[in-house]
Amino acid sequence: MLVLDQIHTYYDRIHALKGVSLTVERGEIVTLIGSNGAGKTTTLRTISGLLKPRAGNILLEGAPIDELPAHEITRLGISQSPEGRRIFARLTVEENLEMGAFARSDKAGIRQDMARVLELFPRLRERLHQRGGTLSGGEQQMLAMGRALMSRPRLLLLDEPSMGLAPLLVEQIFQIIRNINEQGVTILLVEQNAHVALSIAHRAYVMETGAIVLAGPAADVLASPQVREAYLGG
Amino acid sequence: MTSTIRSSTSYRVRRQAATTRWVVRGLGLIGLALLVWRVVTVGLAESYPLSFWISQALNGLVLGGVYALVALGYTLVYGILLMINFAHGEVMMIGAFTGVFALQFFTALGWMSGPTTMVVLALLLIAAAGMLGSIVTGVTLERVAYRPLRGAPRLVPLISAIGASLFLQYSVLLVFGVSPRTYTRPPLLEGGFRVGDVFVPYTGVIIFVLSLLLMLALYLIVQRTKLGKAMRAVAEDKGTAALMGIDVDRVIVFTFILSAALAGAAGVMLGFHNTVVKFNSGFVPGLKAFTAAVLGGIGNIPGAMVGALLLGLIEAIGPSALGIPTEYKDIIAFSVLVIVLIFRPSGLLGEVVSEKKA
Ligand SMILES: Nc1ncnc2c1ncn2[C@@H]1O[C@H](COP(=O)(O)OP(=O)(O)OP(=O)(O)O)[C@@H](O)[C@H]1O
Ligand SMILES: [Mg+2]
Repeated sequence: MLVLDQIHTYYDRIHALKGVSLTVERGEIVTLIGSNGAGKTTTLRTISGLLKPRAGNILLEGAPIDELPAHEITRLGISQSPEGRRIFARLTVEENLEMGAFARSDKAGIRQDMARVLELFPRLRERLHQRGGTLSGGEQQMLAMGRALMSRPRLLLLDEPSMGLAPLLVEQIFQIIRNINEQGVTILLVEQNAHVALSIAHRAYVMETGAIVLAGPAADVLASPQVREAYLGG
Repeated sequence: MTSTIRSSTSYRVRRQAATTRWVVRGLGLIGLALLVWRVVTVGLAESYPLSFWISQALNGLVLGGVYALVALGYTLVYGILLMINFAHGEVMMIGAFTGVFALQFFTALGWMSGPTTMVVLALLLIAAAGMLGSIVTGVTLERVAYRPLRGAPRLVPLISAIGASLFLQYSVLLVFGVSPRTYTRPPLLEGGFRVGDVFVPYTGVIIFVLSLLLMLALYLIVQRTKLGKAMRAVAEDKGTAALMGIDVDRVIVFTFILSAALAGAAGVMLGFHNTVVKFNSGFVPGLKAFTAAVLGGIGNIPGAMVGALLLGLIEAIGPSALGIPTEYKDIIAFSVLVIVLIFRPSGLLGEVVSEKKA
């Protein structure tokens, strides 16, 4: 479904991605793990078009998307819950969700998805007319995910959905990610919390200083001594 | 070690800043006291009749309504691009010119002296022409003078805007000359009515009501429509807005269209109010509207409206209240700005924000 082929991305002169290649098949949960500054967020931002790769190709269902502006990539069915949530603080919760569906015009479908998202995150329903900025961190995370779902994506990019959440909530969020996936949404999941991520993912990539250093089925990656030592505390 | 040194320096700097702030506030208070004293000893001592003050206040509201339409343009663009569109007064001036040509056209056709419905229709078309002229100007400005500089430091588009302002003024001067064009009022707009001792001109009423309607329309667009919500999203965070599938460039163009449309309407109304328009007609009103936007809190939509109405009132009442000639009313407007900013640096309704965003 999604193919990254030898992607090089720069921040001015900083070479952040040094030939990243990865694939995500339809229906999978693929996780991308790695230490701070490895380039995970950069990878997601490059896929969604916020950053332009200087070399390499990105294909969605075989068609190149790396030249397209971000808003058009969203319209092709890739949606992102960004690092740090990036809620529109002055828009209400409801308006934030509406923005998630900005590219769509099927009113009935949007209403249906709004209901679905509020069912998934009942906390948001209680706070529908509150400004996004007034939500707690966990609620904002839910809103960010709900907002990303509102575009009815084929591929959902999640950047550290468990960041700053209490353990109980982390478990809940991962359960929800699994549910979303079972409803047919392909997921590329970036996580610090490698253990949980590897436990729900089908496949995994491990990243270090801008390059993929290990790839394989999640179970194998989980078992690999390198990963155990580096990310799972031995 | 280093960190303690650094923090103690910053502490000293902060304390100095606080001292400066209190000195400035003290001066502000003294200024305020002088103003009040002047009003009591001079303005009130003149003992104008109440009807005089009321009609001055009405004048002020009318002018304030027009300022508000222009001020909204500054605030909308600032909200999205964090940039002062210094050429906005000229966008209004070009709308006023387009309007006056439409007026001449309809006069030639004989519509302006026709039956009432025809005159009303012509007036609406004149307003539409003015808005269109401004929209074309505003959108062109964005494309040519601002968009290429989007990533540049904030001072750069500001310089470009000042250049654009001068360019537009002197282009109009070159093409249409120095002599003003006349907004001949149709008989329908002449005259007015009396409430007690107060004379209320029709133009004033029409301008004020239209301004309010346009402000309401803008408010509804920004709050209720999808594009309006997208505007607010883009104002907060362009990258994330793009992730929502929002075409940020299109939203920015839409913002310029809205701003320019309001400015065009204001230009035509100001034309009928002042009866003339020339190449520099946009400059001072633009500056006033900018003042009003800052007064209310730049980037804040209700702030622009409140700031403008307040400025209009102050300008209309101020000279008599202070017992100074009306030619000096600009001094009052800008003094008020300085005093308000001393006590509320982010404007009357502005949120206290730090220098982040962009
Ligand atoms: N805006 C930027 N300008 C310059 N360099 C950047 C920028 N954003 C990221 N980088 C650099 O690019 C590299 C990769 O950063 P990235 O944010 O992709 O890491 P990450 O894997 O997401 O880390 P984390 O787990 O901490 O979120 C880092 O070395 C970082 O310093
Ligand atoms: Mg990251």
